[in-house]
Amino acid sequence: MKLLLALMVGLLYGAGTYLILRRSLVKVIFGLIFLGHAANLLIFTMGRLTKSAPAFIPPGAQALSEPYADPLPQALILTAIVIGFGVQAFAIVLFRRAYKLVGTDDLDKMRSTDTLKQVPF
Amino acid sequence: MFSIILSTASKYLLPLLLIFSFFLLLRGHNEPGGGFVGGLVAAAAYALYFIANGVEEAKKLLKAEPIKIIAAGLLVALVSTLPALLAGRDFMSGLWLEPQFPVIGKVGTPLLFDAGVFLLVLGIAVKIIFSLAEEDKR
Amino acid sequence: MFNLLLVGFIASAAAPFLYKPFRNYFGWISASFPLYLFISFLSRYREIAGGRVIRESVSWFPSLGINLTFLLDGLSLTFVLIITLIGTVVFLYAGAYMKGHAHTDRFYLYIGLFMTSMVGLVLCDNMIALFVFWELTSVTSYLLIGFNHHLETSRKAALQALLVTGGGGLALLAGLLLLAGISQSFEISSLYHLHAVVIQSPVYAGIVILVLIGAFSKSAQFPFHFWLPNAMEAPTPVSAYLHSATMVKAGIYLIARLNHILGGTALWQDTLVVIGTLTMLTGAILAFTQMDLKKLLAYSTLSVLGTLTLLLGIGSRLAIKAFFIYLVAHSLYKGTLFLVAGTLDHETGTRDVALLGGLKRKLPLTMLTAALASFSMMGIIPLVGFIGKETVYASILELQTWGPFLLAAAVVANGLIVMVTMLVGFKPFWGSAQATPKPPHEAPLKMWLGPALLAILGLLMGLCPNALIGGLLDRSALSILSEEMGLVIKLWHGFNFVLLLSLVTLLLGFLFYALRGKYLPAAQKVQLSPIAKPSAWYEAGLNGMLSLAGLQTRILQNGYLRYYIITILVTTMALALYPLFGAGTPAVHWADFSITLYEAAILLVMAISTFMVITSDSRLKAIVAIGVVGFMMGINFIIHSAPDLALTTFAIETLTVILFVLVLYKLPKFIRLSGTANRVRDALIATAVGVFMTLMVLHVTAGDLASELKTYFAANSLPLGKGRNVVNVILVDFRAIDTLGEITVLAVAAIGVFALLKLRLDRKEK
Repeated sequence: MKLLLALMVGLLYGAGTYLILRRSLVKVIFGLIFLGHAANLLIFTMGRLTKSAPAFIPPGAQALSEPYADPLPQALILTAIVIGFGVQAFAIVLFRRAYKLVGTDDLDKMRSTDTLKQVPF
Repeated sequence: MFSIILSTASKYLLPLLLIFSFFLLLRGHNEPGGGFVGGLVAAAAYALYFIANGVEEAKKLLKAEPIKIIAAGLLVALVSTLPALLAGRDFMSGLWLEPQFPVIGKVGTPLLFDAGVFLLVLGIAVKIIFSLAEEDKR
Repeated sequence: MFNLLLVGFIASAAAPFLYKPFRNYFGWISASFPLYLFISFLSRYREIAGGRVIRESVSWFPSLGINLTFLLDGLSLTFVLIITLIGTVVFLYAGAYMKGHAHTDRFYLYIGLFMTSMVGLVLCDNMIALFVFWELTSVTSYLLIGFNHHLETSRKAALQALLVTGGGGLALLAGLLLLAGISQSFEISSLYHLHAVVIQSPVYAGIVILVLIGAFSKSAQFPFHFWLPNAMEAPTPVSAYLHSATMVKAGIYLIARLNHILGGTALWQDTLVVIGTLTMLTGAILAFTQMDLKKLLAYSTLSVLGTLTLLLGIGSRLAIKAFFIYLVAHSLYKGTLFLVAGTLDHETGTRDVALLGGLKRKLPLTMLTAALASFSMMGIIPLVGFIGKETVYASILELQTWGPFLLAAAVVANGLIVMVTMLVGFKPFWGSAQATPKPPHEAPLKMWLGPALLAILGLLMGLCPNALIGGLLDRSALSILSEEMGLVIKLWHGFNFVLLLSLVTLLLGFLFYALRGKYLPAAQKVQLSPIAKPSAWYEAGLNGMLSLAGLQTRILQNGYLRYYIITILVTTMALALYPLFGAGTPAVHWADFSITLYEAAILLVMAISTFMVITSDSRLKAIVAIGVVGFMMGINFIIHSAPDLALTTFAIETLTVILFVLVLYKLPKFIRLSGTANRVRDALIATAVGVFMTLMVLHVTAGDLASELKTYFAANSLPLGKGRNVVNVILVDFRAIDTLGEITVLAVAAIGVFALLKLRLDRKEK
């Protein structure tokens, strides 16, 4: 599974990179989402994989006993997921605004919009 | 795309989902759950209601402005750091009350902090969804 | 001493607020502060002269060995007294000189900060703290040179001074760090007994070169000399204070301070002699063609700074004595003459030496002050300048090999200085009166009192040198050479060769003055080729940097997002390629392939959905596929014991899909924007990134992970965090401050969304 997950990390990074290099802004946002997934899976895989042993201290016990999943990467990823959501949401709203304002989602056509004198609405 | 079935169902689902989200928040310290998930589930509950009944209804139901919920969440999280400072302990070290409360369980500053996270996540998700929905109407 | 500095910074910060209500008396009020410092340090005179060294330390970063350690010995006390005494005079003077200027409040802020930093600089024993004060003086100097910032020349000169001294400062820092590496301590005094170790060190030459670059740039030694004359754009009190009496001597001070750690080698001494002589001659010769009072003085200051460096380079007892006396004498007379030049400028409206003449009746007090200071500068008995020049000549005469050449150079340079003195100190007052832009009249009290006192002090010091500064001479020499010398200063040494040299110098000076009129036009026409002018090197360097920055910007900041990303990715991969391949091929075990059916199904679905997002032309299909990828991520988390992550992922994916659906029917249709060639290129880069990341994961996960944190959290979650869900305990207790930061970021994102929409509403309302 480890090898396959490593390949999956590569696939997600590859997909994210390819999408973020597109000219269409929507696809760039898709790319961001993929890169988020890829990073989360990367951290997760690097923290080693453990099956059916979540980091919960069973009733009666005072501490975890082996084997158990490393809780630290999980805590990191949990915050990363939520932050990622914040970034996505902001990117989507920004995209909506930009699309409405300049009427295109082609990044190359947005290059000169800094100097746009008139707001088209 | 108004649907009577969805609309009716959402009226019953909303309280259930909200109770579930509180449940997630409260048990989060010992079992799967916590402020992040709780807040997201609560936001999903409102999102469902909004899909079924429209943004105006959903806003009416929420009562408070989402941006105020965000502020409240941040404030609650910050307030939860004060007891430790006042007690002369390290910043943000967790303090717990001794007695167990019914339903809620153990009460302490980490729970308060998690409640702040809950409110903040709820506020942000709802804020963004509602904003996008209102954009559409214009 | 720390408290005095603290008071200094606070008082400087308060000055702009106090200026408005007390503007008429501000010269007096502000001068009371340096006077207070002067008196409180003067009260230590007897103690220090008696041989005590006062140390005081305030912890700053004790763990890094960086502390505010102050050391008051003969050398630092001499400098502090000069700084505060001239400071008093200049603060008072500026009260009248700067009157009516729009930003006088700011002026006092800057100059107060400067004085405090300068005092800190000469008191510091800790190298890092010394460097901080060193840079503070550079920054305040920048602000003061550029004080009249509406003038382009001012801004340019300020920038030039900052770049030259700041660049030198960086070299100095590097040198000091190397030096600290030898002693394992930042305290300069801790290095005193390590002289033998330091000069044997393999990095010794590097230390000397770096430290000297720093010191030379600050003290305007050749080839960094060009910034000093340009700095004359500053208001005259600043020129008198920073650019003749104090700041430009910081480099000299540093050389003197480190002399006994780094000195004694041919490299150190010869460099100082050569650079000192070059500077002495350059300054004096360039002064010949100047017409501006301040520029004349600036070039002569260069010459004196060179002489001081030369004396440290000679390094004999007599030379150190000459160094000390010349330093004090120069600060007194040059400060005075600068202020006199400022007075002339202020009262007549011009600084052009050709336009000034016959003012002795209009400005009698200024004339007397100027004459007294000029006698000192020319080295006429019985002023302190005379003793200075005599000792300089005597110490050069002691030399065997370099002697005759250096002596000739010194006599010519001093002859030219005599010429400068004639032009600045006498010509404006004597001869026939000329029409000036403003009708001349005597300066107000604030403007003549200080300079007059300095000039009189110069006379008193000449008459009874031992009583006034003799005590410090020996102590300073001890700081520089680390040997007791029992030096005594005498005014009169009898009729000897040195006295003859003094006479020759004076005659030579008169000769230069007489010849100047005739040869001036020819001399002014002389154009050096750019290769011979360090200022041209500076210009070329600056322009080169600008065009390099321009080129870089055009290449990197091209305005295409994808090229930025490609640049970053390709660079990162190129940098990481070596360590990655250097590590060999990662070990892959058969166990890594073991997979259950449902796991295979999850990964397959994930892979197919990913390709669907990339290739699909349908917007809805792409969004659904993205959702599917997310849900598969969640299921994967469940399989691998991360229920919290799974829950969160499911909730997030739900909300993300809702968000996309909300914007879906406003999305533009997917059309092919880029050509096939671009697509192939991007696909190649993407594949490379993917392969790279896969390899990295395999490498990292090849061994076992021995995580102390894992066991710590596992053991302490319940006892300390009172929770059984370890992930949640980390989030809300162990690492709660990170979570606090995270939710703050989220709140900021929400404010961003809010602002974007608010913007729209406002437009709409209009």
